[in-house]
Amino acid sequence: MAIRCVASRKTLAGLKETSSRLIGFRGIQTFTLPDLPYDYGALEPAISGEIMQIHHQKHHQTYVTNYNNALEQLDQAVSKGDASAVVKLQSAIKFNGGGHVNHLIFWKNLAPVKEGGGEPPKGSLGSAIDTHFGSLEGLVKKMSAEGAAVQGSGWVWLGLDKELKKLVVDTTANQDPLVTKGGSLVPLVGIDVWEHAYYLQYKNVRPEYLKNVWKVINWKYASEIYEKECN
Amino acid sequence: MYCKKIMIVQTIRRTATCTTQLNYQKAEPSIKLKTHTDSTGVCSPHLSLQLELQSQSMAASTAVTANYVLKPPPYALDALEPHMSKQTLEFHWGKHHRAYVDNLKKQVLGTELEGKPLDHIINKTYNNGDLLPAFNNAAQAWNHEFFWESMKPNGGGKPSGELLALLERDFTSYEKFYEEFNAAAATQFGAGWAWLAYANDKLKVVKTPNAVNPLVLGSFPLLTIDVWEHAYYLDFQNRRPDYIKTFMNNLVSWEAVSARLEAAKTASSSSA
Repeated sequence: MAIRCVASRKTLAGLKETSSRLIGFRGIQTFTLPDLPYDYGALEPAISGEIMQIHHQKHHQTYVTNYNNALEQLDQAVSKGDASAVVKLQSAIKFNGGGHVNHLIFWKNLAPVKEGGGEPPKGSLGSAIDTHFGSLEGLVKKMSAEGAAVQGSGWVWLGLDKELKKLVVDTTANQDPLVTKGGSLVPLVGIDVWEHAYYLQYKNVRPEYLKNVWKVINWKYASEIYEKECN
Repeated sequence: MYCKKIMIVQTIRRTATCTTQLNYQKAEPSIKLKTHTDSTGVCSPHLSLQLELQSQSMAASTAVTANYVLKPPPYALDALEPHMSKQTLEFHWGKHHRAYVDNLKKQVLGTELEGKPLDHIINKTYNNGDLLPAFNNAAQAWNHEFFWESMKPNGGGKPSGELLALLERDFTSYEKFYEEFNAAAATQFGAGWAWLAYANDKLKVVKTPNAVNPLVLGSFPLLTIDVWEHAYYLDFQNRRPDYIKTFMNNLVSWEAVSARLEAAKTASSSSA
């Protein structure tokens, strides 16, 4: 289920997030940091260019680098049949792989205003939001409240439960992808509430960040995912 | 198999070296630790700590709320520059720490926790790992006060005397301790803390997520570094390793650590 979710996300996003490097005998695939589809400053004033640059070039890059390292180590451990080393690597894979996966989604979840950022969702996603949350405002209020309440680091998500065919709002800790909360959950919109996502601009006032981020949320992307998953 | 009930009484003396004009209350807590046995005589997985804070504050009427006071650091907010900026202290102490204290007060109002000592609330709401709502605010209030007192202007570097001897005993060298503390702080994923702690007559390095601290894990905290991003983001952005090095080289108050170690040893040695 999880593999199918990842496959469809990659297809839809059309991101060239993978680059092949033959490592060891198995030829494991490692990853590179994709460029953002907009300038660092393009989301201002909602999110500062300074934050976007550090967030992308430092934080996301670190997840990619560490994920690749963990994968190489995993490859060696698997080849040697070292079960305890394999198990020991799981947290590094979850942290850094999850960080990579989540941020890939996040960059697509954002768009400059002149490219549709902040424009409310139309079509089937718009209707589904009205059905499940009363209105877009209702959804925004709920997600903002849950995002503000995340203790420590994490994410707040709008997801589609493919099995139950309904929209859900949920949060995950650290870099846990949404799928860790349920195998049938597909992320539509994720908002990073790690302090690095807003601190330089909003400082301790996370609710202010959550109020403003909606101005650059790319509902077109979320709708694409939703429509694909629903058919 | 039965657990011996161990009563450990420890007195922690907090020395106030306050260079600001602000007054704050000195608290002389006495802490009793007991192991917990359930009805079948089996030890609970963690030491169940019953911590009683007896505040000897000057204003008796505030003895109860003394536990929820936003105590200023024992130095001016700009005194740690250039290693930790005044701006960081203004936000970290003035906003984050203040919010934990204020929100804790609101959260316990009208509940059975209201008026209870901070340590009691931390223990109760830790709930053996199944955290209750007030844990985050209570533990973070405690952790931050402990953190400010873990630092001093012109601090850092290598300790001396008995503390150094113990570090060398339990880590083989100060450099090895430095490495281990550094690694713990650097690899605590997400928000959390790294600690030097004391338990069973041994020093050890511990890392904890979010608001968890060694008190609830059965050991005496001696030193901590806050590795929530808000602790270092304004000064170091993503460069947590640089922040940790700066803390170790320039900010640690070994005097505070030594005082805490003395209290911990006294408490341990007076166990039955």
